[in-house]
Amino acid sequence: FPGLADVSISQDIPVEGEITVPVGSHSPDEDYSTLDEPVKDTIMRDLKAVGKKFVHVMYPRKSSALLRDWDLWGPLVLCVSLALMLQGGSADSKDDGGPQFAEVFVIIWFGAVVITLNSKLLGGTISFFQSLCVLGYCVMPLTVAMLVCRLVLLVGTGTVSFIIRLIVVGAMFAWSTLASTAFLADSQPPNRKALVVYPIFLFYFVISWMILTFTPQ
Amino acid sequence: AEWGGFEDNMQGGGSAVIDMENMDDTSGSSFEDMGEMHQRMKEEEEEEAEGEAGAGEEEDGEFLGMKGLRGQLGRQVADQMWQVGKRQASRAFSLYANIDILRPYFDVEPVQVRARLLESMIPVKMINFPQKIAGELYGPLMLVFTLVAILLHGMKTSDTIIREGTLMGTAIGTCFGYWLGVSSFMYFLAYLCNAQITMVQMLSLLGYGLFGHCITLFVTYNIHFHSLFYIFWLVVGGLSTLRMVAVLVSRTVGHTQRLILCGTLAALHMLFLLYLHFAYHKVVEGILDTLEGPNMPPFQRVARDIPVVSNAVLNTTAKAIALTL
Repeated sequence: FPGLADVSISQDIPVEGEITVPVGSHSPDEDYSTLDEPVKDTIMRDLKAVGKKFVHVMYPRKSSALLRDWDLWGPLVLCVSLALMLQGGSADSKDDGGPQFAEVFVIIWFGAVVITLNSKLLGGTISFFQSLCVLGYCVMPLTVAMLVCRLVLLVGTGTVSFIIRLIVVGAMFAWSTLASTAFLADSQPPNRKALVVYPIFLFYFVISWMILTFTPQ
Repeated sequence: AEWGGFEDNMQGGGSAVIDMENMDDTSGSSFEDMGEMHQRMKEEEEEEAEGEAGAGEEEDGEFLGMKGLRGQLGRQVADQMWQVGKRQASRAFSLYANIDILRPYFDVEPVQVRARLLESMIPVKMINFPQKIAGELYGPLMLVFTLVAILLHGMKTSDTIIREGTLMGTAIGTCFGYWLGVSSFMYFLAYLCNAQITMVQMLSLLGYGLFGHCITLFVTYNIHFHSLFYIFWLVVGGLSTLRMVAVLVSRTVGHTQRLILCGTLAALHMLFLLYLHFAYHKVVEGILDTLEGPNMPPFQRVARDIPVVSNAVLNTTAKAIALTL
């Protein structure tokens, strides 16, 4: 810097200035700051995003909206509600009464993590949290099945109710598996789809089994 | 104006400040995207740095000398941000790299998995030269998880009560404990007996041997006939054990070593199937259990009529092993 060769600094000049370095290219959302908007706007925006994803799970089409903007609010709400509904149901009211809350919670999250790692190791192009997001949202049909089972169990606990519950849980399990496969299998090389679908099938099967064998105290 | 000069210097080389700005924007992007972006930026930087390394360093030196106090403050701030960025980037990269270590073991096609599943039930005849073992972990891992699911089903239908634990925890602990523990033990024995087998191959072999267990338990947890279970135990369990034993024998030299290895593996494998059936499955004939239900300690829900038979089986097996050794 030849022009600054004769600058001399004395002790009593205060150090001041701006630390921000003006960058050449502005990123697109630099002018849009979400810190100043009212809380209601933030919450409504997040709720709308979650709601849109629920609709995507209900009608699984090959859209990339679910994958692009992943969030884990929906899976958390579904997991917590499923675990609450499954808690404390067993014929025996001794120390261990059916799957406890922590058990269901851990099964769902560890199962999802294992499936994600498996699909990544098999050469998948989907990212870690995107996969967690999809697997979590696709638990929704099974949560609906749990609600229906609880209502049916309020009415009666005979063979008829078991058959109804079996049909409902079976249908929802198939829906869950198909929905998550529609989103996840596309990110795999085409001849390895079966390798990714099997763990998903097993995961939802275990959850469906927990729902089907739930008997209230 | 002086900060403008700073800007020129920074923009030259893919700077740390620009890195930090991009890194703060984490909405909607994932952890590895960060890692990949950093890796790309690091590579770009390295390429550029090779080109203008000399000029850049000299400029920096002059910069410090020129600017005195103000320049040093700015330099330290930039340095700190660069360190933080670099640390985050290397952490992201090491996380990515850890998964990549396992990647070659998952490189299979569905046809291969199916072929290996069927092969695991067919004992090989040629034991004179080493049989090839595929070092693959996808099939064994899926089989262990399937075994966990089948075990859960068996425990649920038999109303097994587990104190100080959970059904799921017990099932996972048992299956993974068997797979990892027995594999490690057999690998250690193989090391002692000079057998040519690696840890991954041992894990793979034992994992595929669990296919027989899965079939047996799946059938016998639903159809409760003792004689059926014993037939399945001998035939299906025996076939998969024979296959594992034959492969191990083909890779070991020396009679004593072969006997030690194969005897241990056969005993552990068959006994595990026996254990899984009896510890986690209440027999339909055990109506007496319900009469004294609260007083029964857990894990002992076996029917009254078979302790004699199972003891006899265990005794003969133990005697057979003792004779061979």
